[in-house]
Amino acid sequence: MSQKFRLPAGGRVNRSKLLNFSFDGQQLQGYEGDTLASALLANGVHLIGRSFKYHRPRGFMAAGPEEPNALMQLEKDPYTQPNTRATLQELYEDLEADSQNRWPSLKLDISAVNSLVARALPAGFYYKTFMAPAKMWMTYEKIIRKAAGLGVSPKAPDPDWYDHRHEYPDVLVVGGGPAGLAAALSAGRSGARVILVEQTQEFGGSLLSDNAEIEGAPAQQWIDATLAELQSMPEVQLLNRTTLTHYLDYNYLTAAQHLGDHMKPGTSKGPRQCLWKLRAKRVVLATGAYERPLVFADNDRPGVMMANAIRTFQHRYGVLPGRELVVFTNNDSAYSTAIDAAGTGASVTIVDCRKAAGDIAQSAASGVGIEIILNSAITGVKYSSGLKSVDVMSLNADGTGVQGQPRVINCDLVGSSGGWNPVLNLHSQSKGKLRWMEAEQTYAPGVTASINPSLSAGACNGAFDLADCLDEGFAAGAKAATEAGFEAIAGSVNAVTPTLGVGELRALWVVPCDHPLGQGKKKHFHEFQNDATAADLLLAQREGYVSVEHTKRYTTTGMANDQGKTSNINALGVVAQARGESIPQVGITTFRPPFEPLTFGAIVGQNCKDLFHMVRKTPMHSWAEEQGGVFEDVGDWKRTRYYPRAGEDMHAAVYRECAQVRQSVGMFDGSTLGKIDIQGPDAAWLLNMLYTNAWLKLAPGKCRYGLMLNEHGMVFDDGVTACIAENHYHMTTTTGGAARVLGWIEEWLQTEWPEKKVWCTSVSEQWAVIAINGPKAREVLASLTDIDLDAESFKFMDWRAGKVAGVDARVYRISFTGECAYEINVPARYGRHVWEQVHAAGQPHDIVPYGTETMHVLRAEKGFIIVGQDSDGTMTPHDLAMDWIVSKAKPDFLGKRSHARADITREGRKQLIGLLTDDPQVVLPEGTHIIAEVKPAPPMKMLGHVTSSYMSPNVDGGRSIAMAVLKDGFNRMGESVDLVLLDGTHVTAKVVDPVFVDKEGLRSRS
Amino acid sequence: MLILDCPWCGTRDQSEFHCHGEAHIARPTDTEKMDDKAWGEYVFFRTNPKGIHYERWTHDHGCKRWFNAVRNTATDEFLAFYKPGEKAPAVGSDQ
Ligand SMILES: [Zn+2]
Repeated sequence: MSQKFRLPAGGRVNRSKLLNFSFDGQQLQGYEGDTLASALLANGVHLIGRSFKYHRPRGFMAAGPEEPNALMQLEKDPYTQPNTRATLQELYEDLEADSQNRWPSLKLDISAVNSLVARALPAGFYYKTFMAPAKMWMTYEKIIRKAAGLGVSPKAPDPDWYDHRHEYPDVLVVGGGPAGLAAALSAGRSGARVILVEQTQEFGGSLLSDNAEIEGAPAQQWIDATLAELQSMPEVQLLNRTTLTHYLDYNYLTAAQHLGDHMKPGTSKGPRQCLWKLRAKRVVLATGAYERPLVFADNDRPGVMMANAIRTFQHRYGVLPGRELVVFTNNDSAYSTAIDAAGTGASVTIVDCRKAAGDIAQSAASGVGIEIILNSAITGVKYSSGLKSVDVMSLNADGTGVQGQPRVINCDLVGSSGGWNPVLNLHSQSKGKLRWMEAEQTYAPGVTASINPSLSAGACNGAFDLADCLDEGFAAGAKAATEAGFEAIAGSVNAVTPTLGVGELRALWVVPCDHPLGQGKKKHFHEFQNDATAADLLLAQREGYVSVEHTKRYTTTGMANDQGKTSNINALGVVAQARGESIPQVGITTFRPPFEPLTFGAIVGQNCKDLFHMVRKTPMHSWAEEQGGVFEDVGDWKRTRYYPRAGEDMHAAVYRECAQVRQSVGMFDGSTLGKIDIQGPDAAWLLNMLYTNAWLKLAPGKCRYGLMLNEHGMVFDDGVTACIAENHYHMTTTTGGAARVLGWIEEWLQTEWPEKKVWCTSVSEQWAVIAINGPKAREVLASLTDIDLDAESFKFMDWRAGKVAGVDARVYRISFTGECAYEINVPARYGRHVWEQVHAAGQPHDIVPYGTETMHVLRAEKGFIIVGQDSDGTMTPHDLAMDWIVSKAKPDFLGKRSHARADITREGRKQLIGLLTDDPQVVLPEGTHIIAEVKPAPPMKMLGHVTSSYMSPNVDGGRSIAMAVLKDGFNRMGESVDLVLLDGTHVTAKVVDPVFVDKEGLRSRS
Repeated sequence: MLILDCPWCGTRDQSEFHCHGEAHIARPTDTEKMDDKAWGEYVFFRTNPKGIHYERWTHDHGCKRWFNAVRNTATDEFLAFYKPGEKAPAVGSDQ
């Protein structure tokens, strides 16, 4: 029979809408409004997985987000999703769920395997086992993965899309139960902008789990009226299916809204999830409380649930997951579960570890014929393909042991209650302090952090009675709105049915059984998801992991994806009891975000694929694309790396480009260079401070190369700066350093030299730059410009303004190849036009467009450095053999004083040199270590490393060249050095001057 | 994520800003006369208090201007924001 545990009436499910679904291939039915958990329980399915370490059968314990066991694999690739909590997953037509931890198999209960594994996995198992050689980890890891079975990730790309939203509520209310609804009402009525977040599909919280009445009517009427009023308020947003995951600094909170997770994958057109980024003036936390399981022998058997979860399944979903119920409690609240279940005709027994129950609870339960067994405990659970019975024994006087003979009570369902824990996760995330509640034996929110103004209301604040919840909610909503600048009055309701509170609670952190703890086969679980027992906690204490943070990590208590929602206080209780201390003396661990796991999709939103990162393209980009140019990423820029012809690989293309530039002429897109326009009467003074050389006398029409140092005296950027006019300069920086250099200049001008009259503007994207290099460069340019290119009047390191290809241009005669070269700067919008004109004008000379790879080779042939490649933030100008550019006459410039530091002037620093391999065909990989002495195996003393290395067509008719930094390199000229490649082979090379071509520098001046 | 009150723009999210460490370290003017130790103090050494910290920030994704802030490093509470060149405000005693 289908749904044989569905009650004939009741619950919030829609019985006219039958839904088909499957679990491990078995076809089942449930109703609209069910969760996957309630639908499975309606069909009598308790066994839903095996535990993490011991592979014991496990069933549902809870009805909400605190459920530790019911993690399932949902759907198939590409939509498959591991670790879906069945108690939160709404049922939909054709839902496919699979148990994900079922080794050796879900149904097969091999006790021999269990006990074998149990002996192998005590507390601290990981630490103890993996002290072994690191190599063994790979083997262990595979076994653990197989055994643990934490679900499977999808293998195909996620076909869904995700979004982000930013909102700035005056009052953010977290939790849509009675306190949260009341808070939203008070705040909303003041006109404040309110967002109310509820994790499940329906507002009402605990009111959906019981049969309370408000103002003489079922509570649902109050919920409906409240929601109607809130919906009528234009400034109020109600977000159901939304999980508050992070409470971060300055009331910045994130919430994952599940827009498509309650539908069959592929049927929703909108985003699957939306991550809300909320900056709230005030936060009201109304997150409720979780029931605490009792830690008794074999309390993990399927069918052993938390008492209030049974009540939730009954009232919210119309499911009573058993016919014979034993309620095991240490407080009054669980009597409600017993009384409500008895009302459906179920057979119910209460086992109460106290000597007496509260009068109201006791008489109400007795009144409906429930047997109450006082001062007793469950000491064993019989499970064999289903829950069969429990053993009940009397407690001794102090509750540390049991006495007499066990009484066997047949049952198929156990509800346990060890009291209640306010949901402190978000308060804890907000850095709030905690206060201990002695009567309830739990923590509640204490002082909040000053940067995160928030209020807690209702059960999460330790107010477990419904009337108190509502009062606190109304008051908190009004207070929050008032503090946010609104005039608010607290709402109220009358005549709320009293709830059975906790009453006199008897803390029994470890419920004794007929064997001492940790002996015999019975296990007392406090942490279900990570499979940790009370015995593990005691072992940790014995082995010296006394601090609660150490205990937590040693036993992995509270470290699973439920973040210890059900286990934390019980673990503290067990430790406190063992040490004879109070829980506050033991301390508490911190709850970490996220409250519930967050999908990568929600985190990423739309910032993926083409929108993952912005791309910058030069004005000539489309031309290079049309010519089949190959691009590389340089910062955000796409730069053409080389222009292959048919059949060419990179090596062949670069070889050809390099040769052609030196033989005839080439053209290069230099538009990505950083460019800063500097103006003002103190501009020259500024340049003089920024660069190591002299700048005060640079005349209009002239350019100068400069090195920029940080205050450590290390090179951090270089480039050519031109004097455009008096008090007006055009600075260029490296492509990657553009923003950094402007920031550096601004830092000094704003913080140290605010009185200086000089202004800097980034013009990197305003200018397109076309560099023409090679012996024929002048001839190519001459056919396009009215500028007089005569070598005597327009000299190397001069610049001129004029027309190029009909466009106003600045032409800088500067060279990064060592050839005669002109860099044509035109407004960016003319970049492609001028580029094409240059290309056409160069045809008689076979002009070759070349990319960054060739540019790198050509500059290396000349020994020109690339900052960041040949230098790494530890190189001074002296280390780079660039003393010639450091002024001795200037009294000060940035970094100057550091050059006199002992560490900079000492012998033995690494210095930039050239390397020629003995075998001219060997191109050393960049990064190859230069070593003092070749040994059969590492370690070998390192003397330096290769920074740049290429095959050059222009040196000795074609051979490899390299630049390297080498300890005492300047003194080793002509010496032979050893280098070791990654594959272990070693190479010898000669230390040489790094200028390989045109040592006299005649070509650039020609 | 913190909120900062840029003296030129007003309150904005931390993601628009960048912190640059301790404030009120003037660049020495007579660098040639300083010994290595004094210069090293200026270049390398910064305080790292638990409590009140005067520090420099930039509003990178906004006005791109520098300013100073006083922050309690233990609580992340900001106690003051002020422009460069302005006198450091006195705030409550170290917590
Ligand atoms: Zn600003």
